[in-house]
Amino acid sequence: MTVVTGNGGAAGNGGAAGQRRRFELPAAGLEDLHRALVSAGYQVIGPRVTGDAITLGELTSASELPFGWGVSLSPGGYRLRKRDDAAAFGHSAGPGSWKQFLHPPREQLWSATRGTDGLAVGPGAVQEPRKLAFLGVRPCDLRAIQVLDRVLRGASGRDCAYSRRRAAVFIVVVNCTEPGETCFCASMATGPESGPGYDLLMTELTAESDHRFVIEAGSPGGQEILTGLPVRPADPGATQRADAAVTGAADRMGRSMQTDGLPGMLAASLHAQRWEDVASRCLTCGNCTMACPTCFCTTVEDVTDLSGEHADRQQSWSSCFELDFSYLHGGPVRSSGVSRYRQWLTHKLGTWHDQFGSSGCVGCGRCIVWCPVGIDLTEEVAALWAERDAAGEPAAGPEGPERGEQG
Amino acid sequence: MQADSARPRLAVWKLASCDGCQLTVLDCQDELLTLAGEVDIAHFTEATSAELPGPGPFDVSLVEGSVSTPADAARIQQIRADSRTLVTIGACATAGGIQALRNFGDVTEFASAVYARPDYIATLATSTPVSSHVPVDFELPGCPIDKRQLIGLLSALLAGREPRIPGHSVCEQCKLRGTACVMVARGTPCLGPVTQAGCGAICPAFGRGCYGCFGPMTAPNVGALVPWLRRLGMPDSDIRRVFATFNVAAFDSVAGGFPGPATQAEPGQPDAGSGS
Repeated sequence: MTVVTGNGGAAGNGGAAGQRRRFELPAAGLEDLHRALVSAGYQVIGPRVTGDAITLGELTSASELPFGWGVSLSPGGYRLRKRDDAAAFGHSAGPGSWKQFLHPPREQLWSATRGTDGLAVGPGAVQEPRKLAFLGVRPCDLRAIQVLDRVLRGASGRDCAYSRRRAAVFIVVVNCTEPGETCFCASMATGPESGPGYDLLMTELTAESDHRFVIEAGSPGGQEILTGLPVRPADPGATQRADAAVTGAADRMGRSMQTDGLPGMLAASLHAQRWEDVASRCLTCGNCTMACPTCFCTTVEDVTDLSGEHADRQQSWSSCFELDFSYLHGGPVRSSGVSRYRQWLTHKLGTWHDQFGSSGCVGCGRCIVWCPVGIDLTEEVAALWAERDAAGEPAAGPEGPERGEQG
Repeated sequence: MQADSARPRLAVWKLASCDGCQLTVLDCQDELLTLAGEVDIAHFTEATSAELPGPGPFDVSLVEGSVSTPADAARIQQIRADSRTLVTIGACATAGGIQALRNFGDVTEFASAVYARPDYIATLATSTPVSSHVPVDFELPGCPIDKRQLIGLLSALLAGREPRIPGHSVCEQCKLRGTACVMVARGTPCLGPVTQAGCGAICPAFGRGCYGCFGPMTAPNVGALVPWLRRLGMPDSDIRRVFATFNVAAFDSVAGGFPGPATQAEPGQPDAGSGS
């Protein structure tokens, strides 16, 4: 459904401003959008307040969106706060990410039953994936989905459970107009304005008594949904306000990261003192990897029942912070906290380029917020740059093939 | 009880403990009949006083409780000798239990304060895990143990495959079930980041912090958590107390002496080296 590469969408994509056909949707039209998606056969997934956080789950009505809720973010801290407007998308990343739907925490790969004719091996639990509409994907998280695409279905888009789930997803992106204190998508070139890959793109305008969205399609499927909505062509004032809000957000990032030459710097910093420092603070609990929208590692276990008649192969999320993660014959390869934190960071920001052609980080800040002891990825990277500079190495320059990939 | 020589013989033993883990075995309601059909239960006095004839050998022995008396110290040797596979179940058997608080005090003094005739009490100075006395094949932590982990372990042993008992943190289980971190989202102190998974992260799912009843995870960095517990408002006396429960001896051994409950000294600084 979603056009991930190229500009196949009916309305073109983000960059081609001159050709964009943009419309206005009143805030009340979110319900029409929800209805249209349901009518098209989608289960609508989006943000809503559950307990202490804004989490992602099924929306049975657009009224369940977190209207008027924002969040205050800090390293190791997340609090809901009331906004002084009724914005539905005035919040940054929460504890969950779209990964939990595309690459679920637990998945049965196959099952087997002992019968009179030997073992009968059956498929995994989910063969026909449910059509899901993701409502309210932030630009950084759209990029995160595309990073997962590259990892889990490969450059050639091979058929697998992930591919089938992914193909059944409709994506409504909402541009970011209010980054959080731990956001740095501008550094990672993943936001605050969405890149291509959405079916529908919206920008929320929340001026008092004038709550509306600028909306455009990014795919034929998106165009089809858009046609059924109560929209009118956007007036230039609205589009200007929308664009200014998104552009302005780039200057209000709570965090930043120096990415030019970063993979090379990391490769040259494997023995930096900073690893010892961060490892003394790191709990190796794995929260950062679970919260990260692109960390994809899993473990697989074969399980039998008491009778021995049934067996399942189960896959579940795993983490490079687990001691058992690198267990080979006789012991773990990465036995120290130093080696495990270094592995995570250098893979995410460095060797991910070599492996998958981009950074593994989209700047959403989840690893900073959901670290129980507030370890800040951007601070660690800044410290590694500083240590390298203090050691007399030349400042970052256009030295490697990685340069420029992060824009 | 009928013996069927084709079926594996299972024994369930009790040392110093509250019987809660044995009750967890009986709490496997849906699976209990299947289990009873797959094994001969040769010894399980919490369930029945009937015993199969003969001392052993047992294919699998589940041992609850810590070693806290000279009699138990001798008995565990015999149990080990009689058991092909020995599995300890629960915080008492795997870590010495809450009764290991005695390890940080003077048990003679306790006994004289509590009992009219302390000379009747034959006890050891310490309460220790079974693994301090005999080789143990597998350990299920928890106070009490988790039913699903127990069924998983028994299913694995019956099928002849190695049970998988994850050594990672409770945090991963919170994330897998979609619980928003109680430390981050509501400022509730939690031992999840240093505690071994296995319970399914029950407490945080109900809005309270993990209190570490599964004991320390593999290679925890307790020293890095302590300053954050303080930051969330726990006084040092409470921090000492929260680590000094069912797994007091195990947490003490991984936290570099902190938080020994009997010492009045202030907790040490975070151990910079304990992450590796």
